[in-house]
Amino acid sequence: MNPLAGCLLVSALLFAIGLAGAITRRSAILVLAGIELMLSAANLNFIAFWRFGPHPEALTGLIFVIFSIAVAAAEAAVGLALILAIYRHAKTSDVSEIREMRG
Amino acid sequence: MTWIVNYLWLIPVLPMLAAGVCALLKQPQRRLSATLAIGSMSVSFVLALIAFAEALSHPAIQVANIHWMQFGDQWVSLGWLLDPLAAVMLVMVTFVGLLIFIYSTGYMAHDPNFTRFFCFLSLFAGAMLGVVIANSLLLLFMCWEVVGLTSYLLIGFWYHRPAAAAAAKKAFITTRIGDLGLLIGMVWLYAQSGTLLFYDNGSGCLEQHAISALAAHITIFGMVVSTAIGLLIFCGAVGKSGQLPLHVWLPDAMEGPTPVSALIHAATMVAAGVYLVARVYPLMNAHALEVVAWVGATTALFAACIAVAQNDIKRILAYSTVSQLGYMMLGLGVGGVAVGMFHLITHAFFKALLFLGAGSVIHGCTEEQDIRNMGGLRRFMPVTFAAYAAGTLALCGFPLFAGFWSKDAILHSAHGWGISRGPFYFGAIGALLTAFYMTRQVYYVFFGPRRVPEAQAEPVASPRHPAEESVIADPHESPRVMTTPLVILAVFAAFLGFVGTPAWPWFQSFLAGQPARFDIGGFSEPGLMALMGVSSLIVFAGIGLGWWLYGCKPIVNATDPDALERLAPGPFHALANRLYVDEIYEATVIRLTRFASAFSAWLDRWIFGGLVNLVAWIVTGFGWLDLGLDKYVVNGGFDMGCREVSLFGRFFTRIQNGRVQNYLRVIAVALVILAIFLLWGHRG
Amino acid sequence: MTLPFLILALLTLAGGVAAMTLRRLVHCALALAVSFAGLAGLYLNLGAEFAGLAQLLVYVGAIAILIVFVILLTRGGDADPDSSFSPASAGSVVIALAVFAVLAWAVNTSSLAHVATLQPAPPSDKTGTLQIGQALMQHYVLPLEVIGLMLTAAMIGAVILALRDKRIAAEPKDSELRAS
Repeated sequence: MNPLAGCLLVSALLFAIGLAGAITRRSAILVLAGIELMLSAANLNFIAFWRFGPHPEALTGLIFVIFSIAVAAAEAAVGLALILAIYRHAKTSDVSEIREMRG
Repeated sequence: MTWIVNYLWLIPVLPMLAAGVCALLKQPQRRLSATLAIGSMSVSFVLALIAFAEALSHPAIQVANIHWMQFGDQWVSLGWLLDPLAAVMLVMVTFVGLLIFIYSTGYMAHDPNFTRFFCFLSLFAGAMLGVVIANSLLLLFMCWEVVGLTSYLLIGFWYHRPAAAAAAKKAFITTRIGDLGLLIGMVWLYAQSGTLLFYDNGSGCLEQHAISALAAHITIFGMVVSTAIGLLIFCGAVGKSGQLPLHVWLPDAMEGPTPVSALIHAATMVAAGVYLVARVYPLMNAHALEVVAWVGATTALFAACIAVAQNDIKRILAYSTVSQLGYMMLGLGVGGVAVGMFHLITHAFFKALLFLGAGSVIHGCTEEQDIRNMGGLRRFMPVTFAAYAAGTLALCGFPLFAGFWSKDAILHSAHGWGISRGPFYFGAIGALLTAFYMTRQVYYVFFGPRRVPEAQAEPVASPRHPAEESVIADPHESPRVMTTPLVILAVFAAFLGFVGTPAWPWFQSFLAGQPARFDIGGFSEPGLMALMGVSSLIVFAGIGLGWWLYGCKPIVNATDPDALERLAPGPFHALANRLYVDEIYEATVIRLTRFASAFSAWLDRWIFGGLVNLVAWIVTGFGWLDLGLDKYVVNGGFDMGCREVSLFGRFFTRIQNGRVQNYLRVIAVALVILAIFLLWGHRG
Repeated sequence: MTLPFLILALLTLAGGVAAMTLRRLVHCALALAVSFAGLAGLYLNLGAEFAGLAQLLVYVGAIAILIVFVILLTRGGDADPDSSFSPASAGSVVIALAVFAVLAWAVNTSSLAHVATLQPAPPSDKTGTLQIGQALMQHYVLPLEVIGLMLTAAMIGAVILALRDKRIAAEPKDSELRAS
């Protein structure tokens, strides 16, 4: 068990926690929070591989993570705006209540 | 091979073609149909005369055969022949036929179905001529059947009369019974000899080789094969020529128009049976001829007896025809081809004459046929009377008339027959009766007071005369177109016999293919003059008896009893009822047939029909089964399948329930599974 | 597996678990912030200073706060839901555990996990901010521009989404009064 494996395990566990929250909690905001956790876990993965992989001076992993953080921010903003809009329309932010798009 | 022999087939074919064209004509086109029929018959007559001349100069049999059908490596051939026998028949049939055709244009002038009549007449003439010249038993049989068919069509010409339709059926069925024997004989002959051609350069079935082969085998009842075949062929002649068991159709056939009776049932068709026996004469040995002679003699006597007590002018002549046909068969049996054929030829002329005369009487009395309702017609119809008298004298066998020579030849041969004298006595008694009943008829019709039927208050409509013509009007002489053939035939009836006298046996020699000499010494044959004297006495006795009973004291009223009836009422009634032959047949054969047909109907309906119905029910059952299968298995299965698909779909629809978290769960599970798949192969 | 790493990992995971299981939303948001902070520490531990500080700035400073804002804006009747866990939560936890199991298994069976000696840490003058900036402007200039575009679009989109609907005439005025 080298440090890389340790980082990867932590990342996997964090990902699983985020997933568990996303598919368990009823509040839409917490679903989004779970998704943010998952993204963060993936970022950790990237940093770990950048640090312990070949050619760290190429900065590939690091740049990727920077971009990932930017995307996460944008996505969080848009997602939260969506939740607001849904809340205004359906008067609730409970995902199990919002199920009109079904077959 | 002269051209007439090569073109001999034209003689029957021309009338048949005329018949074919007449069949397509419309009923009002009378003149065209009559012209076609008479024209074709005239041409055939001319060709027949040319053939006769050819046969005169070349008496040996000339044959023209053609291959017809091939069975494997065997050929069925047809062909025609020309020999003296055929030549004589050709001339007789075409001549008498032509005269009767001309007569018919006058007799049937008022009939609306004139064209159809001539169509059938032409067809009959063609078929009869085909029978005459056929060189193959098969071709003869085919033409024989067409003759039977046209006889049916012509007897039942006025088919809307039930009596006529029944008579036609009776004629056809009765002759059919005889034809069955002919067919069996034909098949047997073919099986034994391998050919149906009569003469074929030595390999025909009537030639020496085949005859000796047939004579060598013995079959049932200890008969030689040729005897058996000959008797079977004779069965056909029995039917067609009205010999004793199968004679019942001939009197009923008088329902047809009188020209039909004259042509078919006096001169030609009934003579076809006699001609057939003459044609296959080489096949008949002494035993077969013995049967032929006895059948002929019995028929002659039997029919003569019945004719004595009949009251319909045509029925008397019909029974007379049956009787004379018996004489012809007797002649063939005891004396040979020439004796029988001579009487056939003379009989054709005077019997046709008598029938045409009867037709003239009927026409003149506007459809009256009962002799008790006629009388004294001598004054009204002199030409008819003269012709009829000539015919009567010829039929009775009055010395020097045609019938005398021919009947005398038969009686002479019967007298000299080694096996028995029976036929001779039958023939003699028959001759007496013939003279008697013909005299009776002549006195009833032409002499005595004019008798009018009492029950005829209003005129009776007949098929040929509309009802407006009154029955009470005096009888009138027939038009020229009808009396001219009578006169021509009367001349022949008087003088034709001279071609066959013992002094100049031209006819017999011609048939035998030898030249004839005039030799008065022919009369000096032992017993001949005595026999001629005896037969003349018989004739005079018969005529005298008739005169005494009917001429001296003619009956005055139509309802007066017959003189013979007063003398011997019992036998007279039996004879008037035709000796109950029809009733016997009705009680035995007809009843059996009716039972058999009822049984067959039951069999057909319940057994065979039941089988068919069973099959139909099984098929219907299969249909129902199919329906059930289709409805419940196929359709139901399909419906159920669709429903399952629908349910399946609805099941899977529940997956898309609009809950986002569910989708996420599914993705996570899929990720796990995919990862496991990918990693499984790479472990270790 | 040094001690700082373990502590930071524990902090991150604890924060994550807390964020996902606490009942009240605000508590969850704060726990989330803690988790993000722990992650930032992990990045610093691994030598990615810029990423760590960016994480702090963006995630903790913006995203977590944004979440708090939205929680406050969507309080509704200010009542906690009856059950904050969805009906199928047991199965969902199992699924999450399965995912972790698979990922852990993948990590364990890979060769990288058992390599004895790993890469030494890269010199910090090769991975500093200067180098990052140079890389961004030279090698990764296209993604940079695209990111700029994306951020602009996201900003506009979020504003439009959160904008009140002008068609409903009476409501905006009431809520504006209430907000003020």
